[in-house]
Amino acid sequence: MSLSGLNGALIIVAAWLAIGVAGLAAPRTLAWVGRTLFPLGAALGLGLAIVAGLALFAMPETRVLPLGLPDLPMHLRLDPLAAFFLALIGSTVCGVSVYAAGYFREGDGTAPGLQCLQYHIFLASMAMVVLADDAFTFMVAWETMAVSSYFLVTTQHRVPEILSAGFLYLLLAHVGAMSLLLCFGVLQGGSWHFTFDAMRGAELSPAWASVAFGLALFGFGAKAGLVPLHIWLPEAHPAAPSPVSALMSGVMLKMAVYGFARVAFDLLPHTQWIWGAVVLAVGVFTGLFGAIFAAVQTDMKRLLAYSSIENLGIIFTGLGLTLLFRGMAMGTLSALAFAATLYHCLNHAQFKSLLFLATGSVLHATGQRNLGRLGGLIHRMPRVAGLALVGTLAMAGLPPLNGFVSEWLLLQSYLFTPTLPHALINMLAPLGAAAFALTVALAAYVLVKFYGVIFLGQSREPALSAAHDAGALECAGLSWLAGLCVLLGLFPVAVLRALDTVNQSVLGATLGDRMISSWTLVPLTAERSSYSPLAFGAGIALCVSVTFVIVRILYHGRVRHSVAWNCGSSAPTPRMQDTAEGFGQPIRRVFGPFFQIRRQVPTPFDESPRYVLHLADRWWSWLYLPIARAVEMVARWVGYLQQGRIWLYLLYNFATLLALLAFVL
Amino acid sequence: MLLPALQTVVAIALAPLLVGWIDQCRAWLQNRRGAGLLQPYRSLRKLFHKDAVIAHGASPIFRASPYIQFGAMALAAAIIPIFSTHALLATSADTIALVGLFALARVFMALAAMDIGTAFGTLGARREMLVGFLSEPALLMVFFTASLLSQSTLLPTIVTTLAHRELAIYPSLAFAGVAFAMVLLAENARIPIDNPATHLELTMIHEAMVLEYSARHLALIEWAAALKLLNFAAIGLALFVPWGLSSPAGDGQEIVIGWITTTLKLGVVGAALALFETISAKLRIFRAPEFLATAFLLAVLGLLVHQLLGS
Repeated sequence: MSLSGLNGALIIVAAWLAIGVAGLAAPRTLAWVGRTLFPLGAALGLGLAIVAGLALFAMPETRVLPLGLPDLPMHLRLDPLAAFFLALIGSTVCGVSVYAAGYFREGDGTAPGLQCLQYHIFLASMAMVVLADDAFTFMVAWETMAVSSYFLVTTQHRVPEILSAGFLYLLLAHVGAMSLLLCFGVLQGGSWHFTFDAMRGAELSPAWASVAFGLALFGFGAKAGLVPLHIWLPEAHPAAPSPVSALMSGVMLKMAVYGFARVAFDLLPHTQWIWGAVVLAVGVFTGLFGAIFAAVQTDMKRLLAYSSIENLGIIFTGLGLTLLFRGMAMGTLSALAFAATLYHCLNHAQFKSLLFLATGSVLHATGQRNLGRLGGLIHRMPRVAGLALVGTLAMAGLPPLNGFVSEWLLLQSYLFTPTLPHALINMLAPLGAAAFALTVALAAYVLVKFYGVIFLGQSREPALSAAHDAGALECAGLSWLAGLCVLLGLFPVAVLRALDTVNQSVLGATLGDRMISSWTLVPLTAERSSYSPLAFGAGIALCVSVTFVIVRILYHGRVRHSVAWNCGSSAPTPRMQDTAEGFGQPIRRVFGPFFQIRRQVPTPFDESPRYVLHLADRWWSWLYLPIARAVEMVARWVGYLQQGRIWLYLLYNFATLLALLAFVL
Repeated sequence: MLLPALQTVVAIALAPLLVGWIDQCRAWLQNRRGAGLLQPYRSLRKLFHKDAVIAHGASPIFRASPYIQFGAMALAAAIIPIFSTHALLATSADTIALVGLFALARVFMALAAMDIGTAFGTLGARREMLVGFLSEPALLMVFFTASLLSQSTLLPTIVTTLAHRELAIYPSLAFAGVAFAMVLLAENARIPIDNPATHLELTMIHEAMVLEYSARHLALIEWAAALKLLNFAAIGLALFVPWGLSSPAGDGQEIVIGWITTTLKLGVVGAALALFETISAKLRIFRAPEFLATAFLLAVLGLLVHQLLGS
């Protein structure tokens, strides 16, 4: 057996499983589980990233493993699309696992060893989702991923809210999975072969292809958190331990993107442009919705969960643009949009994991998730605050970090929509671009709130003065992810070269050799647009340092420290700062119709005045509660049949017999 | 290389003069004598010589932010074609990156405002981000319209294309122009969104954010704000009245014409701004989103009009 890319990936998957099982050997020994096994898993993640990075430039490999049912061996395939997502898994897991090594500690929840097993099964299943080349392997890996992450979410299974959050997650995961099963059923196109190769060759009528596409959008959309299937995200992410939230948001949501790209571009070769329009519309709405809701959250992990919804919305707008361009046979432009989409997947994996992990450190140091009880942590936790600042700026889409690069590429793709040969789409695409720009700008609002309320200002609670900075392992994990954010921002051309091989294999079109210089990003032509992150970053650094030096040389550096001036009024107390609710207030006003607001304002005569504000997601009352009520009603009707009396059941028997006799005779 | 660098340095040096000119025009319009064109320089000099007073509990972000403001605006001045289209860093950042650069400065300003933890600081940060999240997409849409007309997002290419078009009214550019003017007012904390001349607590935005700053930090912020105004005026001129800017291949005469026309145009913009500020009143803060949403919708409308009419 030669050590090809696919074999290497499989060895790593097997090693992850072995690490998981090894965790059971001493489930409560932190030195074993935390300090030994998790770092090993992180090293394997790095190995996976390297193997996958090499496989990006290699020929696709396939392999059949004699596992599973007698007639259904496991088909595996490593092509550039799979390699890209493996690299995403590997690079993110490396940081998260190092962090997790320092994070998990003795608690009242699941034992660390058992968590280690669940965690590594989760990792292995995600890698298998990407490697699967037939529907059965895919579904088995997909469901293993859902179930193992369910157990990780419900680590603190004695807390009722966490149990119900986990249940909601499991429910939506399975509704989505059912849709995917149906989708694969349609895709086999009467051949009853469930390998992806057979599906590629199946001749589907356009109508059936659209049905398959719709089922895939629903199924993968439930995992990705597209509106209105997003409701599990804001519940499950705060419930899970931070490394798990980081993996779920950073990596697992990308598995939905992978699956969708696999079905929409690979298994359904004849793209219809209307699919692109639908995906674009859903993506734009999801992005805007997520950003607006993120701005009004008061729980830091919920805020990040809504921001994940926003980012997945952005990713799906990219997929929609790709489908549009592809449906209209504009190869190069579809390659541009697809590269931008994949780039954003990679970026989101890094900065969202980084921020989720930073909230984990804050949670450990303070025991608080509520933004209203944090503040001023930059003084107590300078290392975490510094690294979180990188993630914050990256996620706010600010140059020269990575979030900006993918948003820049997506905006460039939007600028080509006027060349689409379809009048209606031409008119609607600018609206999409406008909504996209609004979403990105709102993200900056959200992140100023996130960072400012947690790390800046004065401590809102006296207990925060006991907060301590994160340990060495935690900081190492954060630094890895922050470093990737910077590198991906400064060297986009190298990444785009790798992404072009994915374009070539998935879309059959490339950006070509237009990226002349290796430092300047030139997606199409040099006259049209260019962006050089290195020159830009160096420019900012130079301008800032020159300013600093000149001011230092020319003027004295005298500084006095005193109480804050605050417009001459008395010294400010922590209670005078904006709360998280206050910071979100303008968004609540501007986008009022989006929210279901319940407000209780105190009157002057109240004995104990209370101000209560409750913001809810309208989709609950529009969609989910009616469904729940309908299910309950049906259950009640069925309940009438079950009276618990023997004579009644005998009567049913009798009636059934009579009906059968009548039917037979 | 030398000339573009000179252009950037001159822009940085002249930015306070533009503010002085606007204040002087406003004084004339209000029948006052005014403090003279050089008053902003005198204020800066005074501030630079003072001892900096920093509040307890200030983090490094608070002290770094003024330098980042100034650095970002100086970089923007190196990207924007102010006197000629031969800007120092024109190809390393296009209009979208420019919007990103302004956003970077804004985010740091807001973070610094939240750093001390006073009521005014957080209030200002919140309002600044409110203004930002509506004006930034509007600015982006204005750039989009110009990009669609010129098939490029690079400012020099846009300017060259727009300067050599037929002299006709482009409906899309008209919409974009109005939207851009509104964005300029909002981004630079001018009336009707904010009033640079007051410290009235309930209405201020930019001033609320910089309340805790003093001495050289405040001087850098004020200078950066002046430079931002100059940058925005230069962007507006480049997009909507691009005539006269010299090209990279231009000879001496063309370059001189470029410098003179730009100076004249900036003077006219300053006078117009002073006139507008004299005859209009500040909006209530709750009206600001409506004003900015109007700018945003106008910009999008410009884009749609371009799609409809193709011009």
